[in-house]
Amino acid sequence: MPAIEVSGLRKAYGNLEAVRGVDFTIETGEVFGLLGPNGAGKTTTVEILEGYRKRDGGEVRVLGHDPERPGADFRERIGVVLQSSELWPNLTVRETHRVFAGYYAQPRDVDEVIALVGLDEKANARVKTLSGGQKRRLDLGVALVGDPELIFLDEPTTGFDPAARRAAWEMIRSLRSLGKTVLLTTHYLDEAEQLADRVAVLRDGVIVRIGTPRELTTADLEVEIRYRSGGEDVVVRTTEPTRVLNELTGDALGRGEELDSLEVRRPTLEQVYLDLLDEEKTQEEETL
Amino acid sequence: MRLLRHQFRTEQLVFWRSREAAFFIFIFPLLLFLLLGAVYHGRFQGEPIKWAVVAGLVSYGCANTAFAGLAIQLVIRREAGILKRIRSTPLPSTIYVAALLLSTLVVFALQTIALFLLGRALYGTPIPREFGSLAVTLVIGAVVFAALGTATASIIHSAEGSSAVVNFILLPMAFLSGAFGPTTGYPAVLRAIGAVLPLTYFVKLVDAVYLHGQGFWTQPGAIAVLAAWGVAGGVFTALRFQWEPRGR
Repeated sequence: MPAIEVSGLRKAYGNLEAVRGVDFTIETGEVFGLLGPNGAGKTTTVEILEGYRKRDGGEVRVLGHDPERPGADFRERIGVVLQSSELWPNLTVRETHRVFAGYYAQPRDVDEVIALVGLDEKANARVKTLSGGQKRRLDLGVALVGDPELIFLDEPTTGFDPAARRAAWEMIRSLRSLGKTVLLTTHYLDEAEQLADRVAVLRDGVIVRIGTPRELTTADLEVEIRYRSGGEDVVVRTTEPTRVLNELTGDALGRGEELDSLEVRRPTLEQVYLDLLDEEKTQEEETL
Repeated sequence: MRLLRHQFRTEQLVFWRSREAAFFIFIFPLLLFLLLGAVYHGRFQGEPIKWAVVAGLVSYGCANTAFAGLAIQLVIRREAGILKRIRSTPLPSTIYVAALLLSTLVVFALQTIALFLLGRALYGTPIPREFGSLAVTLVIGAVVFAALGTATASIIHSAEGSSAVVNFILLPMAFLSGAFGPTTGYPAVLRAIGAVLPLTYFVKLVDAVYLHGQGFWTQPGAIAVLAAWGVAGGVFTALRFQWEPRGR
């Protein structure tokens, strides 16, 4: 049974349609990334799945439950890291984990979880003394302490420095090895590429592309050829790089000319993503 | 039951660990008692006025703990996302609310005991005679003011402003209701305003039980007014209270 099934999901706030017909399925044990710019509908989608918001339309199943009317064990089986939330500033890291452990019928060992999120040296420190990255790890720790099967991570590394992001990535990878299902939202492409088995690109409340990071970067994509000629940057985009490159270099050789700064680039997920967002915008403008 | 005990312990830990809350909510009424006890001399309603000061500060302590303290704590937690975060755990919201009420009641009870002991040590004020009636009175007060506290938390939008708004309500109410001393010399307008405030009726109830050693049932009118305020606060809370941050 899939961990999450979503079909035709819709949600509006007043006149603003935040989610406009979203479908996806997440298999058990999968790390799934919802990728999109701010305001694309990522958090709305995740908060509907977590049971915080009511949907306007569509079908949603999370671990076999309808999150709007969850059965008794639903909250025992999910772990949630919200986009922005704080915890009691005057409790210590260990006390905070103990508080959350007490909410679950079968919690994990508190010190084990603290070690897992790399806060063992801070176990007796007050929450208010932690750095931003450490607070985020605390959020993850209290989300894991109930030993959930499914973990929601809403922008888990936003605002991190590069070292803290790498550390967080390692932790999220370790969740996969524990067999957890993870739904991750992010607006960082490299994060989705690094962590997710599959990625859905969300824009204006609609999924514009879905697949493995590899599928997203190989499907019918143009390769970029760049060089300098007469002091000008030249960029050629083509789906037939071999032929175009041959012609270019052949001509240059014929003229006895050197192509300065010649490079051939495969598109990164970033380029694909930006193109997708542009494409959508252009289509929309055309239909207007 | 296990969850209620766990959450009660959590609330106590969170409360006493926060120096600001423990000072403002627990110590402040005791300091006010020292101040007012030093300035009032003479008799009130036939009893030594120091006794009335104890009764007034018990009443103020109730409003300060269950109304002001609870409202401020709830707004801060809501705006920090703590309430929202806890909603995603298996802890039922009914248990959360029950534990918070119980914890508030315990803080208020400890504060009341401290006031009685302090009064006895400094001014020889008596230890209450009607223990049963006093306990019922304190529970009525704590529940009514807690309901008004949650209602007030429902209309405050920002954590920064919560303390100012709550004290803007609490301090004038305490003066007009007689918690800080007799209002008999106040202008008629102020006394008329005082006549509708819930704290006025709680002061009356505590005076009857502590000062005059009567049973709580001798004050059905005061209890009815308090109950009406409590129900109004409870209904308003049920309709308007939100668990998610709203000051954004």
